[in-house]
Amino acid sequence: MIDVKQVSRYFGRVAAVNDISFQVAKGEILGFLGPNAAGKTTTMRILTTFIPATSGTATVAGFDVHEQSMQVRKRIGYLPENPPLYPEMRVRDYLDFVAKIKGVDAKRIKKAVDDAMGKTAITNVGNRVIKHLSKGYKQRVGLAQAIVHNPDVLILDEPTVGLDPKQIIEVRELIKSLAGEHTIILSTHILPEVSMTCERVVIIDKGKVVAEDTPENLTKNLMGAQQLTVSVSGPDKEMADTLSKIQGVDTVQIKSQGKGQAFSTLVVESKSRDELRPVIAKTIVEKGWSLYEMKLEDMSLEDVFLHLTTKEEGSVQ
Amino acid sequence: MRNYLAIVEREIKSYFSSPIAYIVIGLFLLLSGIFFYLIISNFMQMCMRADMQAQYYQMAPPKMNVNLYAIRPILGNISTFVLFFLPLVTMRLFADEKRTGTIELLSTSPVTNLQCILGKFTAGGLLFIIMLLSTSVFMILLFIYGKPEFGPVAVGYLGLLLLGLSYISFGVFFSTLTDNQIISALATFAFILFFWAIGWFSSILSPEIGKILNNFSLIDHFDDFAKGVFDTRHVVFYCSFIFMGLFLSFVSIESSRWRGR
Ligand SMILES: Nc1ncnc2c1ncn2[C@@H]1O[C@H](COP(=O)(O)OP(=O)(O)OP(=O)(O)O)[C@@H](O)[C@H]1O
Ligand SMILES: [Mg+2]
Repeated sequence: MIDVKQVSRYFGRVAAVNDISFQVAKGEILGFLGPNAAGKTTTMRILTTFIPATSGTATVAGFDVHEQSMQVRKRIGYLPENPPLYPEMRVRDYLDFVAKIKGVDAKRIKKAVDDAMGKTAITNVGNRVIKHLSKGYKQRVGLAQAIVHNPDVLILDEPTVGLDPKQIIEVRELIKSLAGEHTIILSTHILPEVSMTCERVVIIDKGKVVAEDTPENLTKNLMGAQQLTVSVSGPDKEMADTLSKIQGVDTVQIKSQGKGQAFSTLVVESKSRDELRPVIAKTIVEKGWSLYEMKLEDMSLEDVFLHLTTKEEGSVQ
Repeated sequence: MRNYLAIVEREIKSYFSSPIAYIVIGLFLLLSGIFFYLIISNFMQMCMRADMQAQYYQMAPPKMNVNLYAIRPILGNISTFVLFFLPLVTMRLFADEKRTGTIELLSTSPVTNLQCILGKFTAGGLLFIIMLLSTSVFMILLFIYGKPEFGPVAVGYLGLLLLGLSYISFGVFFSTLTDNQIISALATFAFILFFWAIGWFSSILSPEIGKILNNFSLIDHFDDFAKGVFDTRHVVFYCSFIFMGLFLSFVSIESSRWRGR
């Protein structure tokens, strides 16, 4: 549905986006993740035909964003970073206007606007003047604007910014419910958002794609490491030595010792992804120590993100 | 066509949902009214003096020409006020879309730049027509109490319309250059003031050059209209001026796309 090939965009000499490529399949939700100034907004502006790329090609729904921009525009709904609202208009009039310029049939405009307002839960503010709405409601009107013509592709630039926690959950649910019939790209620098809403993530930093995968695989594969917390009672020194001799274990640290507590907590790290828990359990039991708990710590997406984006930084310096 | 109409409609609604339309029309009407009153009382005095003189010399009272002594100076005054008020009408057209970010909606919708520019130009033009129509109150008074010729009045108004549309087309252009309404209005004002009076100061430098530059003077071409003389050369001049402003707007919008807004 969306195909980006080696797209770059320069502002003067500075590359805001530098040779990025990725695809989005029909009905998929792609998370576009990156720190500030990574080039998320610039990429989205290229995809929505707002600005042209300096080099490279991008197609949306089979149409080139540069050569066939009008065809692309008919098929996309776009929520820019700042919702593009006319403050003096009433919500319903505004959505009417958007539906008109997006090419919705005159006869179907009323229904399209009603549907969009229903989906974004703003029906009750239809007659309010936009500038008097709260930030969260403005954001929803922005979202309603993006879906009013029922586009194939939705491009949402930080759609949950400025919403309260309850609204964030609602908007995420809304976005999820829109997937399937719509193909969605959403940008964010909030990590949990990606793991909650997106099927696939593209992480970009300084205009380059640094990783692309499902949220689960990113956390699992990219770190290439696992961490186990083992609670066990026995002689600390000996335990640490014994565990670190197990094949595949790289380091063992004693986190807390068993003074006043029945057990000590050891942190076992391994660079491999092989399953180590049975071997560790067996060793402990054979030594006659008592095992209280053993837990595999998940690397959070946060860790992956920091890891990837700071690694990039390091290689630049 | 549909896009164009949608944009015209939205712009007109937006004019009237903010105070700007009311302030511009109100002040414009007030100023025109004051000058109408001054010109008419002046005209009445002139008539009275002429009547008295005629009685003194025992002649028939002379026919005072309303078109020449009242309508022409009124139109002249209105043409000056337009110079001050139209930059206020056009200042927000693109500048505000840039400031609030709604330009991102327009430029990613299946609307062409031409539809957008023409839509905004038309909306500004319609507001200007409303301003002109509001001054017709004065003309109606003149027609009730005097016997002016209708033809020259119509020609005069046509001249005002063309003059105003020329200002508006460049107002649209200057509003594409900035996201600041004040700068947009000031640039428009400076520009049209320059072309308004281009003949005056150039004739100070050299009478020959002054003569050539007078061909580009916006107000010079209006003179004949105010006299009630219809000349297609002037119409062609204003139409080219309007076209130029719209063309530059188009170029400006296209190039800001490449620059990344
Ligand atoms: N119109 C412009 N002119 C000059 N530089 C620009 C322009 N737009 C973006 N940039 C630069 O391009 C880089 C990428 O900006 P972009 O807005 O795409 O980042 P982003 O990932 O959306 O960041 P954020 O999370 O802060 O929204 C930045 O360094 C920015 O300064
Ligand atoms: Mg951004």
